[in-house]
Amino acid sequence: MNDNLLTVSLSPHIHGNMNVRKIMWGVIIALIPAMLVSFWYFGVGAFLLTLIAVASCLIFEFLIQKYFFKGDVTITDGSAIVTGLLLAFNVPSSLPWWQMILGGLVSIGIAKMSFGGLGKNPFNPALIGRVFLLISFPVDMTSWPLPIENRLVLVDALTGPTALGVLKEGIANGQTISDLAKELPDYSRMFFGNIGGSVGEVSAIAILIGGIYMLYRKIISWHIPLSYILTVVLFSGILWIINPEKYIDPLFHVLAGGLLLGAIFMATDMVSSPMTFPGMLVFGVGCGVLTVLIRVFGAYPEGVSFAILIMNAFTPLINKGFKPKRFGEVIKK
Amino acid sequence: MFPIPKTASIPLGQVLGAPSVSLVNKGDRVKVGQLIAKGEAFISANVHSSVSGIVTKIDEVTDTSGYKKPAIIIESDGDEWMEGIDTSPEIIRDCALTAEEIIVKIKESGIVGLGGATFPSHVKLMIPKDKKADYLIINGVECEPYLTSDHRLMLEKGEQILIGTSILMKALGVDKAIVGIENNKADAIDHLSKLAAGFKGISVQGLKVKYPQGGEKQLIKALVNREVPSGRLPIEVGCVVNNVGTAYAVYEAVQKNKPLFERIVTVTGKELSQAANYLVRIGTPVSEVIQKAGGVPEDTGKVVNGGPMMGKSLNSLESPVTKGTSGIILFRASESRRGKTVSCIRCAKCVSVCPMGLEPYLLAQFGESQRYEDAEKNRVMDCIECGSCAYVCPSYRPLLDYIRMNKTQVGKLIRSRTNK
Repeated sequence: MNDNLLTVSLSPHIHGNMNVRKIMWGVIIALIPAMLVSFWYFGVGAFLLTLIAVASCLIFEFLIQKYFFKGDVTITDGSAIVTGLLLAFNVPSSLPWWQMILGGLVSIGIAKMSFGGLGKNPFNPALIGRVFLLISFPVDMTSWPLPIENRLVLVDALTGPTALGVLKEGIANGQTISDLAKELPDYSRMFFGNIGGSVGEVSAIAILIGGIYMLYRKIISWHIPLSYILTVVLFSGILWIINPEKYIDPLFHVLAGGLLLGAIFMATDMVSSPMTFPGMLVFGVGCGVLTVLIRVFGAYPEGVSFAILIMNAFTPLINKGFKPKRFGEVIKK
Repeated sequence: MFPIPKTASIPLGQVLGAPSVSLVNKGDRVKVGQLIAKGEAFISANVHSSVSGIVTKIDEVTDTSGYKKPAIIIESDGDEWMEGIDTSPEIIRDCALTAEEIIVKIKESGIVGLGGATFPSHVKLMIPKDKKADYLIINGVECEPYLTSDHRLMLEKGEQILIGTSILMKALGVDKAIVGIENNKADAIDHLSKLAAGFKGISVQGLKVKYPQGGEKQLIKALVNREVPSGRLPIEVGCVVNNVGTAYAVYEAVQKNKPLFERIVTVTGKELSQAANYLVRIGTPVSEVIQKAGGVPEDTGKVVNGGPMMGKSLNSLESPVTKGTSGIILFRASESRRGKTVSCIRCAKCVSVCPMGLEPYLLAQFGESQRYEDAEKNRVMDCIECGSCAYVCPSYRPLLDYIRMNKTQVGKLIRSRTNK
């Protein structure tokens, strides 16, 4: 060995062996349980939709990186796949395929690439895509195929409202919670996912398994999901105690709609969430408060997407305001 | 016992402080342990010959930093030690010297912090008049992964370390000393705890395994739950920290009259056939040390002087072992290069691992955009350069490189302010 061939570099000389690719593929693995459940309940529709979403995100990222940025193509890092999966998970399984592709274009092209690509986007790309679709195609985005019976149906599926939709409309029509009890799914169905809703949000257990996996792999920390969910429980719990006939119980709020999917997979998006643990807690609490406000007092039955996007906008401020605890600051004279 | 090098190149600047001033000339005969350079500045240290023979030249050699630095080069011809060095294996427990005499002895013997930082030990022991120490902390944490020299030393020279500790306690005028050892070295905790029963005021405490606990501020926090204020020294909270290797060197200097001219070096590497801890004379070329440990393997891509997290990679294997060489680590070619840097994904891992509560990603951004005032406001000078941020970064960003650059520039800013 020649002396001249030694590598000289600054310390540290070893690396923890975690990389962006492993993180992204870890998220993809964590999404598999929810994906399998969605195939079980929504069948071919969910499968094709997921495929279209992932493919369109990958293709748009590839085209933009290659022909606009004229730089390295990094679609194998898995981040576009995560965006595609989450986008598909946030829409009804009966969504027309061309709308899905449009959603992919907005997610990748506008929400991610126009800011400079991975790591630069201030908002969660999949949620931007979803909100774009919700505002542009409100009818298609709120027709929810019934689970199981529509497994093999691709068009003209039988649809029904989501649990949150039933609740919102019922309360608006002056019905009480006890009146609505018959129409609402019971908790075991909501826990396993046998309810109408977006592709990937229906099964609480599948999402929790994914969340535990990500905690174990240290891809996410507990701060955002826990503070988010606890805030929803607390806030909706207070309302419930005040008037249990007008406001439904906290467990319903946790299991219904996209709260778990949002709290575990969307709000924890590294890029658009705060950098410090105290900041993450503030972020989670903010998401929780906004979610309940929108669900209970807002025009939409569901508020997770908007809540997270609004808090994304506050992330830079939170980063400024909530610094880590500096070593040696406590006893400074 | 490690072979005596044929030629020892003993650098004059082995200390975190001013280089020492040579006392010998070309052609002089020196013995092992003879004072050959004097630390004249306040923060500096004496240097002793590690071999006996003729001073062939006072020249420049490439040291750890990669730059040529002045060194005394001695051609050895035997192993003749200075009279007065006690080479008997007998362990001497009692020390009759006063605190001042101990400090003078430590200063004369050229002892520096052997954990790797090489700060002169006698300076640490001279406590400013308005401060008072109440704890002596002995660092048995083994500052970095891969290194095992402190562990070995604690097992083999446990009693001497504790005698050295008592001597340091006396010099400081403290009655409490804690030896902090991480729980993965259960045998050392066990061994030293048993021995410590025979010493007044010394206790041994096991610690959770956690890098960078060997940093003195982190160790103080872990052992006595005191936090050294930003920009201050441990004495601010009544603590003085010394490495177990330093405690052993103090024992040898004070009780055996032996100055610091050799040290224990961990030599390791995945392909190295005889990786072990060696007692090496200061000034021995790194290449000779590796030769003794089995020779440089074919696939070597990088050689590091020190630990894997904070050590310096060598650009020449002829650079000598110095007082600060805690380890020599050989990396395979495949492990030598950094991964490809990609965009920061704001995963916040660097923030959560920083032992000083800094935001490495932000400091690196300030470095990239040359916003040094902002870096200073965000306490970049608190960084202890442990490397944890760059270690965890999934985007392989050179966070610590940028932080170091910030520190250099902020240092200039601070100096230009005080000079006004």
